[in-house]
Amino acid sequence: MLNWPILSTITFLPLIGAAIIFFLINGDEEVHRRNMRHVALGVTVATFLLSLLIWIGFDFDNPGYQFVENADWFGNFMRYEMGIDGISMLFIILTTFLMPFAIWSSFGAIQSRVKEFMVAFLVLETLMIGVFCALDIVLFYVFFEAGLIPMFLIIGVWGGKRRVYAAFKFFLYTLLGSVLMLLAIMAMYWNSGTTSIPEMQAHTFPADMQSWLWLAFFASFAVKMPMWPVHTWLPDAHVEAPTAGSVILAAVLLKMGGYGFLRFSLPMFPLASADFAPLVYTLSVVAIIYTSLVALMQEDMKKLIAYSSVAHMGFVTMGIFTATVQGVQGGIFQMISHGIVSGALFLCVGIVYDRMHTREISAYGGLVNRMPWYAMAFLVFTMANVGLPGTSGFVGEFLTLVGAFRANTWVAVFATTGVVLSAAYALWLYRRVIFGKLEKENLKSILDLSTREKAILLPLVALTILFGVYPAPLIDVTTASVDNLITQYQAALESAGRMASVGR
Amino acid sequence: MNEIAMLPSLVPVYAEILLAIGAMALLMFGAFSGERAAPTITGVSVALLGAAVLALIFLESNGQTFGGAFVLDPFARFLKVVVLIGSAVAIAMSAGYARSEGFERFEYPILIVLATLGMLMMLSANDLISLYLGIELQSLALYVVAAIHRDSVRSTEAGLKYFVLGALSSGMLLYGMSLVYGFTGHTGFEGISAALETGRSTGLVIGLVFVLAGIAFKISAVPFHMWTPDVYEGAPTPVTAFFAAAPKIAAMGLLMRITVSAFGPVTPDWQQVLAFVAIASMVLGAFAAIGQTNIKRLMAYSSIGHMGFALVGLAAGSQAGVQGVIIYLVVYMVMTLGAFACILSMRQGGQMVEDISSLSGLAKTQPVMAFLLGAILFSLAGIPPLAGFFAKYYVFLAAIEKGLYALAVIGVVASVVGAFYYLRIIKMMYFDEPEGQFEPQPMELKAVMGISGLFVIAFVVFAAPIVDLAGGAAASLFGPGLQSAGLLQ
Repeated sequence: MLNWPILSTITFLPLIGAAIIFFLINGDEEVHRRNMRHVALGVTVATFLLSLLIWIGFDFDNPGYQFVENADWFGNFMRYEMGIDGISMLFIILTTFLMPFAIWSSFGAIQSRVKEFMVAFLVLETLMIGVFCALDIVLFYVFFEAGLIPMFLIIGVWGGKRRVYAAFKFFLYTLLGSVLMLLAIMAMYWNSGTTSIPEMQAHTFPADMQSWLWLAFFASFAVKMPMWPVHTWLPDAHVEAPTAGSVILAAVLLKMGGYGFLRFSLPMFPLASADFAPLVYTLSVVAIIYTSLVALMQEDMKKLIAYSSVAHMGFVTMGIFTATVQGVQGGIFQMISHGIVSGALFLCVGIVYDRMHTREISAYGGLVNRMPWYAMAFLVFTMANVGLPGTSGFVGEFLTLVGAFRANTWVAVFATTGVVLSAAYALWLYRRVIFGKLEKENLKSILDLSTREKAILLPLVALTILFGVYPAPLIDVTTASVDNLITQYQAALESAGRMASVGR
Repeated sequence: MNEIAMLPSLVPVYAEILLAIGAMALLMFGAFSGERAAPTITGVSVALLGAAVLALIFLESNGQTFGGAFVLDPFARFLKVVVLIGSAVAIAMSAGYARSEGFERFEYPILIVLATLGMLMMLSANDLISLYLGIELQSLALYVVAAIHRDSVRSTEAGLKYFVLGALSSGMLLYGMSLVYGFTGHTGFEGISAALETGRSTGLVIGLVFVLAGIAFKISAVPFHMWTPDVYEGAPTPVTAFFAAAPKIAAMGLLMRITVSAFGPVTPDWQQVLAFVAIASMVLGAFAAIGQTNIKRLMAYSSIGHMGFALVGLAAGSQAGVQGVIIYLVVYMVMTLGAFACILSMRQGGQMVEDISSLSGLAKTQPVMAFLLGAILFSLAGIPPLAGFFAKYYVFLAAIEKGLYALAVIGVVASVVGAFYYLRIIKMMYFDEPEGQFEPQPMELKAVMGISGLFVIAFVVFAAPIVDLAGGAAASLFGPGLQSAGLLQ
């Protein structure tokens, strides 16, 4: 354990970077822009390196909260409480790991208003890390909701043609879901007398209240996740956002929904979670099958990947609400894996978009002839998206399906068809973009990956394959906390006089 | 010496006496030296209000006087300081406008000082008579101020409209007060409260509703809001800035005191009325603002909505609710003044522009102002971590405690609808291309903008003292035993 507040340091370091860029670097000359980019990249890399310290110092056998910080904030209504456990730790690393890539990938693509862009991104990083570190429910909400502001600006200022529509839809959809959660948080405060998440998890909320609270939290997290039928903001936001924005949106922001289910819904409302599990299964399976079919019909590469994200998140919600060790572990693994893979896929789309300025699938074809490196990298991520054994995508899907199989066989049966469909849309996309003859005139001079692009994609390729063949580093982190979560959950069900449907 | 001992204690009234004497002295000075004295009088008025703030903060003057009709407690002191700051900033912001629009009238700051004096009376009123005196002193000054641009048709129309509707509301208030007096036999708040302990009659409820309706006019709550958009649009912009801030706070403070101190025993009766008014205000404020293109009209609907949110806290009828309302009022005032500092800065080609679209591309032409206004607008929309979120948090927290779930759900949904029109302005500033450039703003507007922007951003870090002070103020309104004068020293 470290004796300085490492979580606050990691959380607010990007904010300090943002302040430096905001106040100290003025001017719009090329040299200023370069300085801004380099400061932003340096800060995110430093944040990532610092965040590795928490992995090193992390006690894998301790299911409780570690690195806890506690300070007065707003008197008795809310406190500044930070801490992590096995569930949140990986998300922090995922965030800090992906941010440098997102920033680096935007070096070429973002030429206007570089200062605002970098500031918005660094502020966003602070807020994302804060979400996963917060152990006070109001503090959590503040971080969770504040992320809307920079993301709104990122989509709206640097986005594509329909950016205004997409930005508004993103903002208002998410806000509407969240405000109901805010009311639930207040009701929980009056019932439990605290805003501290660990204390709330130890508190038993009355059964009839749990259902309402669960629904209010579900409204927020289901939109964020996003689950069918409230997913429609996602394709719009993804398509219009700049590449770096799509990467962060898919890789981190969507994970806040899943994290919320694990942090609040399961441990605080176990009875309601059990009652509503069939609802979640239904929505998840519909999401998996329906959005996979929709993805098949897309003509825009980003939109296709966006719909595939919705389908993959269906596996996550299904896994989490099986409330089995495998299902929850698989859900977390799937989120981390999807964070890397979907982020990488959006980077891949961004790379050809920067060259051709179109995302239409029909505008491409035969890229393998001119871009062998690109074809290689894209292949790995496509396979991981399909869930091919040997890539990280497989482990998560497999574990969630095992969990679902134990909880409800039919759910597993339907969900598995989604795997087949994902193979269909992903491979078809790959065929149309990469294979075939290079016939289009304007593609004949396209260049393969630059050194910068190779350096961005290579670590992601390596991790995708590494976690596919050797998932232990991730599983080890989560085991103790997930075991503890499931044990508490089962105990809560039993003490309420209900038979737990599936054991550990 | 006996005669002197018979005089009521003037200690709690120091700030009011200061303003009254100061205003009259300035009036004399202005009358003798004419329009040239306007800048001096503006400066001295701000100083006068500042001196009153210092007197309130540093003089230990809590207590009751004038036979219990006037009370100074932490609640009144806190809100008086807020009101005085709001008025002083409003006067300061008008200076540049007065220079460029050629309405340097020395009466203007003096009238604002007199209106502020009325507001201080309202906040301390502990008797129906002193309440009415305060309201009328404030209102009469405001009617004149609304029409201060007497060569402008719109300004005159605004003043007239405000006067007619304001007179109507005063009439309703008086009628309600006479009913309350008739059915309880008291005009003092403690007396009314004591009489209500033994039971209430239908006549009293009718009186209560009339009193609430009269005050609802002053805070422009739906369904008594009709004057607001027209007056806001018609009055000169610095006057609108003043109208939107301090008088709202004084009237809300008055509403809190009369409901809690006088009508505490019949809380369920007024709770229903306020809950309805709150819902109607929030919903109308949110939906009606969507279609507005004039930024002053938009701010009018915005302030209607915000008064609805503040009423949510009062509708809870609890100490936590009053604390929430006080926090809400402080945050609301800072945001409003900041927003109006930006509106006053909207000058193109030598004249004021009021169309929202003229803010297009502000992020490119004036990044600092766009950033500050953006922060203020996000705060008005109630997005964390800005101040507006915490204001809403405290009022809804109180509503949830009392189980007012329907009110709370409608409120937060209205806040999402409301977010849309604030976002629309941000969209124009950040997403659209510039159409023209504003002239450089005067120093005082920059300062107000900057302080207001920093306040909403830094509130999340430094708010604890404000929250604590508001808690103390709310406690003094509810505190047992404080109602009897003997314990208040």
